[in-house]
Amino acid sequence: MADYLPHTDEDVASMLEFLGMTSLDDLFAHIPASVRLAQGLDIDDGLSEPDVAAIFAGYTAANKAKTTAMTCFAGGGAYDHEVPPVVKALASRSEFVTAYTPYQPEVAQGVLQAIFEYQTLISRLSGLPIPNASLYDAATALVEALNMAHGATGRSKMVISSGIHPHWREVARTFAKGTGHEIVEVPLRNGVTDWSSVDATDAAAIVAAYPNYLGVLEDLSEAKALATTNDALFIVGADPVAAGVLKTAGQWGADVFVGEGQAFGTPLSFGGPYLGLFACTEAQVRRLPGRIVGETVDSSGRKAFVTTLRAREQDIRREKATSNVCTNQTLMAVTAAIQLGWLGTKGLREVATRCAQGAHYLFDEVLRINGVEAVSNQPFFREFAIRLPRSADVVISAMAENHVLAGLSAGAMCDGDDPSIESGVDRVLLVSVTERRTKDELDEYVRALREALQA
Amino acid sequence: MSEAPQPGGRAASAPIMGHESEPTLFEMSVPHRSAYQLRTTGVPATPLSELIPSDHLNAEVVPIAEVSERDLVAHFTRLSHRQFSVDLGMYPLGSCTMKYNPKFCDAIANDLGLNSVHPGAPASLSQGWLEIFVTLEQKLCAITGMSAATLQPAAGAAGELTGLLLMRAYHEANGDVRRRVLIPDSAHGTNPASVTLGGYEVTTIPSNDRGLVDLEKLKAALGPDVAGIMLTNPNTVGLFEEEIIEIAKAVHDVGGLLYYDGANLNAILGAVRPGDMGFDIVHMNLHKTFATPHGGGGPGAGPVAVSPRLVEFLPGPRAMKVDDGSFDWVTPPRSIGRVHGWHGNAVVLARALAYIDVHGGDGLTRVAQHAVLNANWLRHRLRDILPAAYDRVCMHECTLTASGLKAKFGIRGLDVAKALLEEGFHSPTVYFPLIVDEALMFEPTETESVQTLESLAKALERIVERAQDDPESLHRAPQSTPVSRVDEARAARQLLATADAVR
Repeated sequence: MADYLPHTDEDVASMLEFLGMTSLDDLFAHIPASVRLAQGLDIDDGLSEPDVAAIFAGYTAANKAKTTAMTCFAGGGAYDHEVPPVVKALASRSEFVTAYTPYQPEVAQGVLQAIFEYQTLISRLSGLPIPNASLYDAATALVEALNMAHGATGRSKMVISSGIHPHWREVARTFAKGTGHEIVEVPLRNGVTDWSSVDATDAAAIVAAYPNYLGVLEDLSEAKALATTNDALFIVGADPVAAGVLKTAGQWGADVFVGEGQAFGTPLSFGGPYLGLFACTEAQVRRLPGRIVGETVDSSGRKAFVTTLRAREQDIRREKATSNVCTNQTLMAVTAAIQLGWLGTKGLREVATRCAQGAHYLFDEVLRINGVEAVSNQPFFREFAIRLPRSADVVISAMAENHVLAGLSAGAMCDGDDPSIESGVDRVLLVSVTERRTKDELDEYVRALREALQA
Repeated sequence: MSEAPQPGGRAASAPIMGHESEPTLFEMSVPHRSAYQLRTTGVPATPLSELIPSDHLNAEVVPIAEVSERDLVAHFTRLSHRQFSVDLGMYPLGSCTMKYNPKFCDAIANDLGLNSVHPGAPASLSQGWLEIFVTLEQKLCAITGMSAATLQPAAGAAGELTGLLLMRAYHEANGDVRRRVLIPDSAHGTNPASVTLGGYEVTTIPSNDRGLVDLEKLKAALGPDVAGIMLTNPNTVGLFEEEIIEIAKAVHDVGGLLYYDGANLNAILGAVRPGDMGFDIVHMNLHKTFATPHGGGGPGAGPVAVSPRLVEFLPGPRAMKVDDGSFDWVTPPRSIGRVHGWHGNAVVLARALAYIDVHGGDGLTRVAQHAVLNANWLRHRLRDILPAAYDRVCMHECTLTASGLKAKFGIRGLDVAKALLEEGFHSPTVYFPLIVDEALMFEPTETESVQTLESLAKALERIVERAQDDPESLHRAPQSTPVSRVDEARAARQLLATADAVR
């Protein structure tokens, strides 16, 4: 019997007496007997914390891919970046962790100001003036962007580059079943979106990736022109770390930026909780999904922060709301503000540069191996796709024996006939390098890959 | 304020920094100051211009901030002192279940054996995670009386929309075109917003004078075009829908499905299960019932459990135990597809499993019993100053009304809520549900002691005395907090969403 309940038996007895009751069951007496659970829950009795910790030790032991046991070269929107002790310490302060959504601004200035700082950073990294306070993850941020495009244009055709992460595209297809949006996926040729192959007439949105999920940096001018010609919103899904050195979504002419913010201080976490980044132009502010924090003053004229433009939101507009989002990912947004504060202007550029340097070094080295080919000859940033002479899944398993998580298998991420890969999807491996990877680790990768291909 | 000190009462909501505002990170920034330190890698430092064509490079430097580590720590620590939290004091925010979040679960979340695993690692290299998912799914199904669950939805609202897409998939698979979803007028705003995104129209069902769904009006609204109904039970007033069996039968009779909004699941753990009440789809808010913290507004987790006829439509891939005893990803045959970029908020899911394991079936049952006990004790304790909107046994929360104070002294529910901040307690939920005039919804949760509840009651008594003696001071409350009431109209009129917005 373990729990965190304060009441003693005497407390319970006296509280029941105050209510004129004799047992806890009396509190539930008005529930129809026919649905009451007679036998109690079919769950084992409670255990002490150390006993539960022992069970979890079994789970952690079975997670062979943890970065403490394996060097991580997997990416695809989830990256093994440095998260220093100072960021962990600040982000785990219980005032941030155990607060609710800041409905009472008088006692929530801490979270509100941290979100305001986060919004400022996302605005600068996206090159767009109106950020929101975060969404669940990049995939759901994309869905919200598509809904915004529908609201802005009244049209339902969403033209999406297949360079967008396959999982994000799948999530967009799932939610389109409810909204009725038509999802048109544009194929890649040589790793680059073939916009000429698609009819964008009546499009509500043109969606491009920067870099795309194969790592390729596409010139987005053509996509932007297509959006302009068809009076569609231009949505760019971009790597926010790239914004440390590469053009921002805003500089490419985006109306909406979406991205995955995990790279800013959130551990790999087996995929969640992550951080959905979202920013847009001023023209779309009334259609913004989720919450936004604004600066104002209190009744004494002091600077204060508050969630604002609330009339868009579900608790007020109900079925006419711009989105159903209530909870977002505030703790990850606060974490991102802290991590970016730690990195600073120079640190973010340094991280982005080192990612690119490591990825290019490794790319050159693995291409020396017989039978390994580049999927595309186009420029890339921090990850790249290679085609192997054998199954990527087999190679990943083999390299794991050498404590290397080799990357992501494109075949495992895509449906069989995904328009992003022209051929041999099962042999395509996506490799990512962060600033944490040393030259020795990169050289070991090459050795382990060579061995895996010879076996 | 002469009473003896009590645990949980008078926690400071105006902590150390008082009224002094904190500069932003950007105002603190000084050129060339820095905090970061990176690993020595030995990777050749080839200039970026030799790696990436110049038309991709940003000619401008994106400014972040330039601060020392010491200033960074001071800044965010001071911000944390301007923030109320469960760890600081009682947070009786109705419908939000702001219970104590065990530190043990933080330790689970911070374990590198869990949180350093890449989500794209093959199943063979992440067996521990898959086992956590399978185990949690099984326990959530035992708690709700359902057959299977998806763990992907990242929050309650995401769970709602997932549930509605499951409803749609089910009807479409039967070649059945349906148009409307019924929702009581007391429902959370996420319900109607999710219905719209699920491609359905909302039909609102009025409540009766007992605060419950009006069964006759419900029956009148039913028809062959009704896809289903979304219900919260206990409902948002904190009352159990006693006619749930009749409601379920009526909806099922027209071929509709019943959706259970698990916002108030904390009230019924071990007492009654949604599956036994006739529900087909159930979402849970793990950040409420299973105490994974709210994080200032996320991350949450909103798993969705379903009855047998909906299992084949669940989002995929799902972690499952396969024939050789290991765990693998399996996509259901008629899956609606992914609803999250990876597997859902995995670390939140692990926290919830740890919470469930510590409590066990017996502990979870006590959780609900004590939550309901506390809400009823508070309702009864406050009956003379803030009567319940519906005066009878409630579940885990009680909806009180300040309409008497408004009539007598011109004091509104919002004034009471703001004055409570000065007393060191977080406010209850105000003006919700919409069907109650001057609603103040208190959810004490099971983790507050009777001494803390008494302190809260005494604080409310003092506020009512002030309403009589000095009502004007209540309109100005709170004054002891880091800021006083904020100008929300100004924030909306001139949007300043970033430090760079033109002022």
